[in-house]
Amino acid sequence: MAQVKRPLSPHLQVYRWGWHMAASIINRATGAALAFGSILLTWWLVAMATGHDYFDTVQGYAGSIIGRVVLFGITFALMQHLAGGIRHLLMDMGKLYELKANTSSARLTFVFSIVMTIVIWVAAYKVMGVM
Amino acid sequence: MTDMKTPLAKVHGLGSAKEGTHHWWVQRVTAVANIPLVIFMVVSFVGNAGKGHAEWVAWLKQPLVSVLVILFVANFVYHMRLGLQVIVEDYVHDKGTKIATMLMITFACVLIAALSIFSVLRIAFGG
Repeated sequence: MAQVKRPLSPHLQVYRWGWHMAASIINRATGAALAFGSILLTWWLVAMATGHDYFDTVQGYAGSIIGRVVLFGITFALMQHLAGGIRHLLMDMGKLYELKANTSSARLTFVFSIVMTIVIWVAAYKVMGVM
Repeated sequence: MTDMKTPLAKVHGLGSAKEGTHHWWVQRVTAVANIPLVIFMVVSFVGNAGKGHAEWVAWLKQPLVSVLVILFVANFVYHMRLGLQVIVEDYVHDKGTKIATMLMITFACVLIAALSIFSVLRIAFGG
């Protein structure tokens, strides 16, 4: 089927970046990243059901440098998607449409996710007795 | 705003996709359900950080934990399936590719749910 070359409406690249735009796009990006993370969670649960040895192997991958970087990224994605999702639920209720509230709430999702990611990792290291 | 809907469309209230707000609504329902479930999962991961196989199994064997993990998996997989569908609908415009991509996503989601839930059940009911 031949694609007809129709003029397109202005898209992302013509707009100046703002927090609201970043929050919207990153909500989708983190959602996609978490879909990848769900494969890892499945792998981990399957490993646990498989047995002691294989579970240790998978835990070893998770605890490696690359594993930790990936898990740190997933933690951030989860917290950002959580905050972004709650913001979207509030917008579904008709709130946060005023420019100022919209921008500041968008910025707040990033503050939340960064702080929570650090809190979660510090807490996990404290539980492990490393910190 | 001028109402562009015909009286019949208003009665049906289902829009051009003929499915109304069902997709949108279920995505919200699963989003709300995900909030406490994600908090539970994160708290559990932090609380059991660094533990070995026996301790993780003992954690997952608790009836309430088994049920909550299964609910988490079922809920987030449904949410994920709906979210990925919206992404595909936005970026994949060729009808054949769209259908093929959505089939793959659906099968992958079902596989993820089946593997995860079966693993939880195996541990929960295992010796």
